[in-house]
Amino acid sequence: MSALLEVEGLIKHFPVRRGLLGRSTGMVRAVDSISFTIEAGTTFGLVGESGCGKTTTSKLVLGLERPTAGAIRFQGEDVLTFDRAGLRRYRKSIQAVFQDPYASLDPRMRVGAIVAEPLVINEPMERAARGRRVLELLDLVGLPARAAELFPHEFSGGQRQRVAIARALALSPRLVVLDEPVSALDVSIRAQILNLLRDLQERLGVSYLFIAHDLAAVAHMSHTIAVMYLGQIVEWGDAAAVALEPRHPYTQALFAAALPIDFDTPREEIVLSGEVPSPLSPPAGCRFHTRCPHVMPRCATEPPALRPAPDRLVACHLYD
Amino acid sequence: MTPPVVDVRDLRTHIVTRWGTVRAVDGVSFAIGEGETLGLVGESGSGKSMTCLSLVRLVPRPAARILGGQVLLDGLDILTRSEDEMREIRGRRIGMILQDPMSSLNPVFSIGMQVREPVALYHRLRGAALTDRAVALLAAVRIPSPAQRLRAFPHQLSGGMRQRVVGAMAIAAPPRLLIADEPTTSLDLTIQAQYLGLLKELQQRHRFALIFVTHNLGIVAKICDRVAVMYAGRIVEMGPVRRLFTRPAHPYSRALLESIPRLGVRADRLAAIEGQPPDLARLPGGCAFAPRCPHVMERCRVEAPPERPVGDGHVARCWLETPA
Repeated sequence: MSALLEVEGLIKHFPVRRGLLGRSTGMVRAVDSISFTIEAGTTFGLVGESGCGKTTTSKLVLGLERPTAGAIRFQGEDVLTFDRAGLRRYRKSIQAVFQDPYASLDPRMRVGAIVAEPLVINEPMERAARGRRVLELLDLVGLPARAAELFPHEFSGGQRQRVAIARALALSPRLVVLDEPVSALDVSIRAQILNLLRDLQERLGVSYLFIAHDLAAVAHMSHTIAVMYLGQIVEWGDAAAVALEPRHPYTQALFAAALPIDFDTPREEIVLSGEVPSPLSPPAGCRFHTRCPHVMPRCATEPPALRPAPDRLVACHLYD
Repeated sequence: MTPPVVDVRDLRTHIVTRWGTVRAVDGVSFAIGEGETLGLVGESGSGKSMTCLSLVRLVPRPAARILGGQVLLDGLDILTRSEDEMREIRGRRIGMILQDPMSSLNPVFSIGMQVREPVALYHRLRGAALTDRAVALLAAVRIPSPAQRLRAFPHQLSGGMRQRVVGAMAIAAPPRLLIADEPTTSLDLTIQAQYLGLLKELQQRHRFALIFVTHNLGIVAKICDRVAVMYAGRIVEMGPVRRLFTRPAHPYSRALLESIPRLGVRADRLAAIEGQPPDLARLPGGCAFAPRCPHVMERCRVEAPPERPVGDGHVARCWLETPA
């Protein structure tokens, strides 16, 4: 396996401006020095609660935001030093599927035109060839050829998400960012779309950056999982290891809160007190220490580094 | 046995649209006892929310109308009450918590004004006694420094705190029946865990009957005593949670339970339910699930199956479970 995307020491701070003169009064540390690698043909799951920096991370990877510091390497090349042409090439190899297929498809375009749009913009090709490619893509996501003639409103949520997936695959990307791809869909449809995404990965060898609230779905889809808390990765490693034997107290609490439907698996009940502190002024030391059930004196002062543990890296003083 | 707090019998609510009449709630019956929790699950459009709105007679009129059935609250049918009497019942006897706390709270009034309002109404309190009761309510839903929070506005609170305020208002009376329609969907996981714990605690104290609407079966497993599975306006299966989850009788409930990814169960593919959710204005004759059902028979397409007992307190609407 080879690394498709490497992220190193990535930082994104947003200035907070207040008042008439727009003076900067602080920094939101949305992403605060994170590193991870996505291997070719695998799924990297990113979990954490709202405001932890998942979406900012995906925007940085998609090239929609410029990082404050750090490096993103795609197939070994530094993305941040790309010129216009290089950046264009990079953006073609990275596509996205968003949460709400009711918002992400133009209601006035026919499905055929929606799927063809990336090709029209990026690939000089003949009309007939483009038409063939659109039908090929629709077939790939399990839609009939006549879907090309219809408008988005004529489809249900699950079918719309198939259209969004077909559009994302039009340029044969190497990485697709899936930001909550099933949470807007009906429960009975989610499994169809998750199965489709797995099949496509097998057939096309595409990698996924999978962001979702549903931890069981992330564990099902991912090869590796990273858990974010207040802009930092607290645990990253093999998906089964992180999901089933979480080491970091935050990961433990998070997976304990993902309520299972089985009755017979004994489970530990961990209910965290308090709320996530503001990323404007994250706590000193370990950012989780204000809510951690295992907090020690040094946690308040010394930030723990990500260190190797079995099948993973974990940032917690409990394992030093 | 003590009589149920709420006893819904053959409730029917239809919506008239340009595309035809939608039978949003089509003969729904269930009863909930004191301190009991019924989970209401099903996909969007299955009639969960419309059932809840019918219970408080807040269906969007004139398109939607309650056409029949009874809703007995402590033995009295509230569908026959006048609008004035109904206003007395809403909030005081039936409390509601909806999905998005930001739209349940008024953004231009302080938390204090909004929490005081139901307390003043139900307990006829004024002045310092009123404020004390409002502070006590906020403390009961575990809001830190409640006295200071009275001056805050909704936008100054986090989502979890706002939902707690809505909870405080819902239990101000306290009600006999609390309807919670996806109250934790907009909350983060660790905050959801806190909120579910809080709801159970309040229920133990006030003994209200609780209807919990959700599509998260994990929440049902955690906090509900019984669960009703809705499909296309009907309850297709209802029973004690553990029994229904381990031995589902209806193919839809079974498929739903099997299609959900589970932690610790390694599977390459999920058992997906084929097809699309039904178009409610153009429902097939017979069983509404028939077009997607792996066990469909000739009979299913022509005749809708009646509700039949399949076990202790466990009912299902399926021809498979009915001897011919």
